[in-house]
Amino acid sequence: MKSQPVHQGRLKTPFYSRLAALDTVNEWHQWKGYSSADSLYCEDTEYFAIRNATAVFDLTPMTKYRITGPDALDYLNRLVTRDMAKIRPGRVAYAVWCDDQGQVIDDGTIFHLREGEYRLCSQERHFAWLTAAALGFDVTITHETEDVAALAVQGPTSFSVLKNMGLKGLEDLKPFGLTHLDFQGVELMVSRTGFTADLGYELWIDPDKAEALWDALFEAGKLFGIRAIGTHALELARIEAGFLAAYMEFLPADETVRTGVSRSPLELGLDWLVDFKKPNFNGRRALAHEKRNGSTWRLVKLDIEGNKPAHHSYIFGNEKANKGQIGFVTSAAWSPVCKQNIALGTVRTPHGKPGDSVWIEIYYQREMHWHRKMAKATVVDKPFWFPPRRGATPPGPY
Amino acid sequence: MTDRYDAIVVGAGHNGLVCSALLAKAGKNVLVLEANEQVGGAAITREFADGYSVSACAHLLYQLQPEVRKELKLSPALSSKNMTTIALDVKGNHVRLKRDAVDGVSDEDAAGYKRFKKRMTRFADLLRKYLNKPPPRLGTRDLKDLVTLGQLGFDIRRLGKDEMQEFLRLIGMNIHDELDERFESPLLKGAVSLDAVLGTHLGPRSPNTIMTYLYRLAGDHGRVAAPQGGMGSVSDELAHAARSAGATIRTKMPVKRIVVENGRVTGVETEDGERFNSYTVISNADPKQTVINLVGTRHVETGFARRIHHLRSRGNAAKLHLALDGLPTIAGLAKKDFAERLVIAPDEHYVERAFNPAKYGESSPEPVVELTFPSFRDDSLAPTGKHVLSAVVQYAPYELKDGWSDAAKRAFKKTVIRTIAKYAPDIEQRITASELLTPADIEREFHISGGHWHHGELTLDQFLFVRPVSGAAQYRMPLDGLYLCGAGTHPGGGVSGAAGRNAARSILSREKAA
Amino acid sequence: MKTYDAIVVGAGHNGLTTAAFLAKAGLDVVCVEKNDYIGGAAVSRNLYKDWWYSNCSYVCSLLRPEIYRALELHKHGLQVTPYGGSVTFMENGDYYGSYHDEEVAYREMARFSRHDADAYKSYSANTMRQCRFIRDFLLSTAPDPTSFKPRDIKELIRIGGKFMEMGEDRMYDTIRFWTMSVAEYLDEYFETDVIKAAFSGSGIIGTALGIHSPGTAYVLLHHYMGEVDGNVGSWGFARGGMGAVSKSIAGAFQAAGGELRTEAGVDKIIVKNGKTTGVALENGDEISAEVVVSAMDVKRTFLNCMDKNDLPASFHKRVENFKIRGSSGKVNIALDGLPTFPALPEGSSLYYSDMHFIDSMERMERAYDDWKAGTWSKDPYIDMVIPTTSDPTMAPPGKHFMSCFVQYCPHQVEGEPWTNEQRDAFGKSVIDQISNYSPDFRDLILHAEIRTPQDIEAEIGITEGNIFHGELTMDQLLFNRPVPGYAQYRSPVDGLYMCGSSTHPGGGVMAAPGANAAREILSDLKRPSTVPENFGDD
Repeated sequence: MKSQPVHQGRLKTPFYSRLAALDTVNEWHQWKGYSSADSLYCEDTEYFAIRNATAVFDLTPMTKYRITGPDALDYLNRLVTRDMAKIRPGRVAYAVWCDDQGQVIDDGTIFHLREGEYRLCSQERHFAWLTAAALGFDVTITHETEDVAALAVQGPTSFSVLKNMGLKGLEDLKPFGLTHLDFQGVELMVSRTGFTADLGYELWIDPDKAEALWDALFEAGKLFGIRAIGTHALELARIEAGFLAAYMEFLPADETVRTGVSRSPLELGLDWLVDFKKPNFNGRRALAHEKRNGSTWRLVKLDIEGNKPAHHSYIFGNEKANKGQIGFVTSAAWSPVCKQNIALGTVRTPHGKPGDSVWIEIYYQREMHWHRKMAKATVVDKPFWFPPRRGATPPGPY
Repeated sequence: MTDRYDAIVVGAGHNGLVCSALLAKAGKNVLVLEANEQVGGAAITREFADGYSVSACAHLLYQLQPEVRKELKLSPALSSKNMTTIALDVKGNHVRLKRDAVDGVSDEDAAGYKRFKKRMTRFADLLRKYLNKPPPRLGTRDLKDLVTLGQLGFDIRRLGKDEMQEFLRLIGMNIHDELDERFESPLLKGAVSLDAVLGTHLGPRSPNTIMTYLYRLAGDHGRVAAPQGGMGSVSDELAHAARSAGATIRTKMPVKRIVVENGRVTGVETEDGERFNSYTVISNADPKQTVINLVGTRHVETGFARRIHHLRSRGNAAKLHLALDGLPTIAGLAKKDFAERLVIAPDEHYVERAFNPAKYGESSPEPVVELTFPSFRDDSLAPTGKHVLSAVVQYAPYELKDGWSDAAKRAFKKTVIRTIAKYAPDIEQRITASELLTPADIEREFHISGGHWHHGELTLDQFLFVRPVSGAAQYRMPLDGLYLCGAGTHPGGGVSGAAGRNAARSILSREKAA
Repeated sequence: MKTYDAIVVGAGHNGLTTAAFLAKAGLDVVCVEKNDYIGGAAVSRNLYKDWWYSNCSYVCSLLRPEIYRALELHKHGLQVTPYGGSVTFMENGDYYGSYHDEEVAYREMARFSRHDADAYKSYSANTMRQCRFIRDFLLSTAPDPTSFKPRDIKELIRIGGKFMEMGEDRMYDTIRFWTMSVAEYLDEYFETDVIKAAFSGSGIIGTALGIHSPGTAYVLLHHYMGEVDGNVGSWGFARGGMGAVSKSIAGAFQAAGGELRTEAGVDKIIVKNGKTTGVALENGDEISAEVVVSAMDVKRTFLNCMDKNDLPASFHKRVENFKIRGSSGKVNIALDGLPTFPALPEGSSLYYSDMHFIDSMERMERAYDDWKAGTWSKDPYIDMVIPTTSDPTMAPPGKHFMSCFVQYCPHQVEGEPWTNEQRDAFGKSVIDQISNYSPDFRDLILHAEIRTPQDIEAEIGITEGNIFHGELTMDQLLFNRPVPGYAQYRSPVDGLYMCGSSTHPGGGVMAAPGANAAREILSDLKRPSTVPENFGDD
């Protein structure tokens, strides 16, 4: 038996040919082994496609697991902190799961595809953990990352694009809803989900139909300013939305080496996802203890004065650097749509209550020379960008 | 039945009985549910052939803790106490070990053994103190934990500089090297090796077999005794103690599940569907059986369930029972010697070689055997003039590569009898009935996962702070109301009662604190 | 007759390291070596035509970067180049490859098991946690728990603090890690036999233990905690062979004014009134110094080169009981060309990797059973590298040098010295095993040097030819290494020190024992230390 060597180098997603055809800047990085574009032509233009028209992002490398079997619901309810019994078929839940110490392993979306059939979508891979969690449950967990091609279609005109493409019934699809449609004889799953806090959808299809889907989408989107985008534009939208990213706002707890570098959902501002009414879920005991005794860290959204993005900055409790350091920035950006200097950061409690003022030590470079500035910032409790059109059902035409 | 018990104990093994007796003595309303007809778990006497009875699993008393004896006012009748261990030699030049004396070896070995035993006993005594209390938790600020840890450190230091160095060095070492350095007599080395590995998945060359040896000595200074009427009489006495203290013991009541409601234990349900309520359920079953089958992994957390799942508990010791129409002839053995403990372990390499196949799921072609003739001084076990042979045989791995089919059992039984026949050539003619219990049989009959008599391998990574698994070494499981009290918990197996007593004490002290 | 400040006995990498740091502190140091070449077990030897053999140690990872930097070894010719990956050939014709690229490595593992591929991350995180814990102690002297000296208590508290810092759960993990077998440790993460077999090799290399022996998880760590350029766990080749390591340390030593004397085997370490005064050489010469440092293993030092009466009886006994076991052999081969491995795709990067030929845990353990029975493994575990695939200096163009580290190979065969026939049979078992996966290999062999532990002992002087100068079992680690109460490089004899791999933190071309010994000696002499501190791990 002579086995085929595994592919060396980067894998290509089913949409690669289309992305490569549009690409003019040749800037790629690897995402779970796949080539993923940083940008295809111009980051700014790509970003404004999200906020002003329709942006298409290839999210095939997202890790996907299918969870089926008689105990699927019980299994998920033990796995994640929120109550999955409330998520009916045709609904999607954002969820977070923890280790026994109540530290976040990852967050992701769980699609209740059909009665008792779920898809778990996350940035990182967790087959070993999911299998361990399945001990004693009658469930089947299938890794299906390669079996499903996926696109995010996001922006104010995204509904119009999909409608123009001939997809029916999307006007009734509420945020976090999903529906199964037909596309050229194969099943197309459309969910009203995304990573941008704007009107938007995600499309899930058999990889063989990926290119055809892309072509139909771009044909239909011509009039609505459709554009393919890379990760940089999406990342900016993600920060505006105040969403968390693994390896930015938290580390998967089962991959941490040092003690105290992981985060609990309470520390990440995800209290609303933790349902203590459930008798048991992984991490419950530890989280209940934390709830009683207080958390160590708090994730904050920061509105920072000035216009110098606060990348890799320390956060201080007062204006004097060198003392009173209370945390650090995890993600930062100048928000073009809000015209705000925004950041996500992690600070030690009791600091970081909404309305608190903190100081950020910002380093920035001008013509090779580095400068330092202490900028005042306010802790805010709402996402920076959260337009009404995101939730409007039916969506407006825009 | 809607009455609520203060505590329900699942399984009337000796630890379960000790635990319930102590709880009942403290005024608790305790219910004990036992699946089998008899109480005692693996410490029972039962008939295996017409008129012939035997201690079906554990057959010798090493370590019934004096504390348990005292608190429960036990005085088990012994048919042989302080037995001599006779390491059998084919030619009849046996080596006899009793306390720190050894006969049949060179003067150097005899003197060396005295020194060796003195040191080991000293270390075992230190260990014993900690076997009789719940292990401290690490990394807590709890005063009690810190005091116990501090005391442990102090006790080790108190050995004196040299002995402390030896203790810290020896605790992780293998018995083979230590014996090799000290002794020349193969029989002596074989016998001590056997003591170190009996009941484990280890060979004499496996590191930490000194620790398992110390564990064995940590009972009654290594004294070995056989109870009158078999091990069942010890259990009966324990059951009597529990009942007189007010505990209710119900046999033939197999528990189907431990009921969990709203994230806490509320009682148990039997196979017949009967329900008993209590907010405290103490399982004498092994950790795997308890967590995976009785409670269900879904009610505990993933990491904990995974650790329990990974707990190593595959047994290697089989039990052979022979009904004999008379005592066999063993060269060089006086008649009275049949009251003693005989071992077949001609040298330490033999023991290691016996262990090798166990690693690959094969049974030993030349097994090590610990044999006794319990009927020799105990008429209750066999018809007059007839005898019973009870032997622990190693290695017979639980997960035999091709499974324990009837043919495999027959073949292994033959192997064991052939091994014994090397020393007792007429044994085969004497056999009128026989029974071999493999770990798979022990699992079935005594409901012990893997048929492991320690309910979990006794190695340093499953010992003390991390027994049965890390984060659950204080008898209390990470599920409100659930406790363990069996051999799977600290300190481990053997008919010692230490686990049951520690569990009872820690439940009572928690209650006091609350 | 000249009197030196210090004599270092043995010019292996540790002896040279101690010598170099002492010389840097301004001491007048001579390093004496019995062979006519230096390096001990870190050598490049010209044993066949234009081939240079790393005929003992063969890869470089553990060499502490702090020492590399402090001795400026790059200025003395050392260059360590990382190499990638490893491959385990399987009996069914397949192979399991481990690749440098994280994603390719993932894909390869997923080819066998998704579960294992995903489990790898938490496996490496947990292993790394243990690495971090222990790495901090490499360049420090192990505290004596029986001592009441402030520095021991302080160091114990520091270790205790570091341990506590891990948090309750991870403290238990650590206790378990230190006591369990590599097989059990791997079982907790992986399900695929070949993957476990591939990883388990590091748990037994250089030891007389099997993968199922408790304590081998730690040995795995001992091989993982090395690094090349901050990449923890990665391995590299020293350009020019392992001799380049010793040569560069010797260069640093000589640059600091030290003197090297080869063909100067030590017959006796001289002790007068409980103090050492120097050494007597085999040729009858005597060299005097108030400080004598032995880089030889502890048994050779105290049992062969000293008078029993000069040592406390209990110490002598404990040295006798110290376990140094021959468990590995070496087959070094000059090749006419690069052998092909039909299982591998042409041009595969795995040609440049570590190669192994045992694909199951059972075969790994059975190899050990042979050793326990007093003979060499008939189906051995081989760690095979061809350094010339990335180092052009070790063989003529197009030709190659192959190093096969073989486990298990006893010091004696069933208690008797090796015969030539037995040595050949041992070599054959190695060559046969490789030939099973490389049909042209046998024909490419120009010269082979087969080394049993007995040969290594005879040539280098290490007792039983053990690469670690003593088993890495719990009873011989940290404050127990080599002898309880004498784990701080000092001996019962004033002025006599130990600096070889028998001392903490043990073997491998790490140079940490040598550096630690130098620090202790300088402290006794009340000289400022020239020995670097740990870089620290945060």
